[in-house]
Amino acid sequence: MSTTADASSGSSPGLRVCVDLNLCQAYAQCCYAAPRSFRIEGHEALIYDPAPAARDRADIERARVACPVQAIRVEDPERGA
Amino acid sequence: MASGPTVERVIVAGAGLAALRGAEAMREAGFSGPLTIVGDEPYRPYDRPPLSKHVLTGETPADATTLPSSLGADVAWILGSAATRLDRAARTLHLADGRALPYDRLLIATGTRARPWPNPHEGRLSGVFTLRGRDDAAALRAALAARPRRVLVIGGGFIGCEVASLCRQLGLRATLVESGPTLLSRVLGSAVGGFIGAIHEGRGVDLRCGSEVEWLEGEDGRLVRAHLTDGTRIEADVAVIALGALRNTEWLDGSGLSADPGGVDCDAVGYVLDRDGQPDLRIAAAGDVARFPHPLYGGRRAALEHWSHAVAQGIHAGRLLAGVKPEAPYGALPTFWSTQGDVVVKSAGLTTGADAVAFTQGEPGSGRFVAVYGREGRCVAAVSVDSARWLPAHAELVATAAPFPPHGAAADRPARGITILAPGFA
Repeated sequence: MSTTADASSGSSPGLRVCVDLNLCQAYAQCCYAAPRSFRIEGHEALIYDPAPAARDRADIERARVACPVQAIRVEDPERGA
Repeated sequence: MASGPTVERVIVAGAGLAALRGAEAMREAGFSGPLTIVGDEPYRPYDRPPLSKHVLTGETPADATTLPSSLGADVAWILGSAATRLDRAARTLHLADGRALPYDRLLIATGTRARPWPNPHEGRLSGVFTLRGRDDAAALRAALAARPRRVLVIGGGFIGCEVASLCRQLGLRATLVESGPTLLSRVLGSAVGGFIGAIHEGRGVDLRCGSEVEWLEGEDGRLVRAHLTDGTRIEADVAVIALGALRNTEWLDGSGLSADPGGVDCDAVGYVLDRDGQPDLRIAAAGDVARFPHPLYGGRRAALEHWSHAVAQGIHAGRLLAGVKPEAPYGALPTFWSTQGDVVVKSAGLTTGADAVAFTQGEPGSGRFVAVYGREGRCVAAVSVDSARWLPAHAELVATAAPFPPHGAAADRPARGITILAPGFA
């Protein structure tokens, strides 16, 4: 996972990901779509990178769309999402 | 209000998850006027759950937790300056830096802070931490990275469980001291808490339930050991105080609003109440700090410290302040998750006041199960441990207040039926 950091005021963040883990049921589709940014530990503990690198943009979008419970929210300044 | 004749000014007091989602909801509801968000920390809204999890492992930097947001450049941020006083007569919010901000609509979302160790001198020892904010997590991460000999976790609630299990993942010795009979006994009861404790003990957490730390001993300003009330000493160079949270309501003293350390009171719609019980139609509250009557629980007042609640109530309050008439009182089903090492505990509903608990799926002793809580013959909550896919069906039982014990449960072992126990709340 990346170690992207933003300025303390958050003035110019890169990709931002937030997963609603209430919804997540560990179907792990995100892990296949974006293996650098999502993984499952144990039976169902989703670990993800909240600030993925720009090179993973396409993977992250695939993960967002692939989530069966639509638990992944992405902010992408490049796309104005 | 967006179509009103005058431009109204909205202030959001607080800059956490509820504040952010509330502000977004105002914009999405069409409010286009001046919007200012005030926060005591110098950061844009960030996500707290990772702070007690992979931020502590070092995998995620604390500053990578900034939340995704749809807010644009038409929002003013005043960060690093807390709200200190509310003058409702003058409709002015006063800040720690001396500024006074006029408002027409105000969203109160000032959240909570960690309950400190009761002895301030001991609490200031180097090596003693609380965990609530981003800076707390970064400091504790640095301490864990220095490979302490032993980490002492004081308090066996969700944060305490998360920190202790995470220390084991890092290969650190961890002792957890909890005054109740089991982990999580206040929230989940000792029947369920005992099984969760067994999971953590199996992974090497040194669990001391029914014990209390009497004092923390320092040498040259550094923590060296803890003394329990039974005389036991625990050598530890890091202690994490995980004794729950205090609601940030002191700044409302003198405002005339009904507020105390348990939260600021709201009506069923979401407006805050004054001391006479009258709503202030310019002010709503959301998130950890808002105490409101929950329609699913007979109007019992509750202030919920849940991530999903901060989102749902933030959105509700934002729309309310933007002039959208709510279709119904706010009453989202409370849901919660806790990742403890690689164990996931989830819940739906509120266990408060439950008089029975039934294990309806799985085997508690195996570490994977679902428990349903009943109160007066109705399902009021469900908890899953490493069994999240079973939870939505059980949440439906709770949302509809289905009869307890639930019919058709224990689908995986129909011949045995279900076991019903007293919850055993501490």
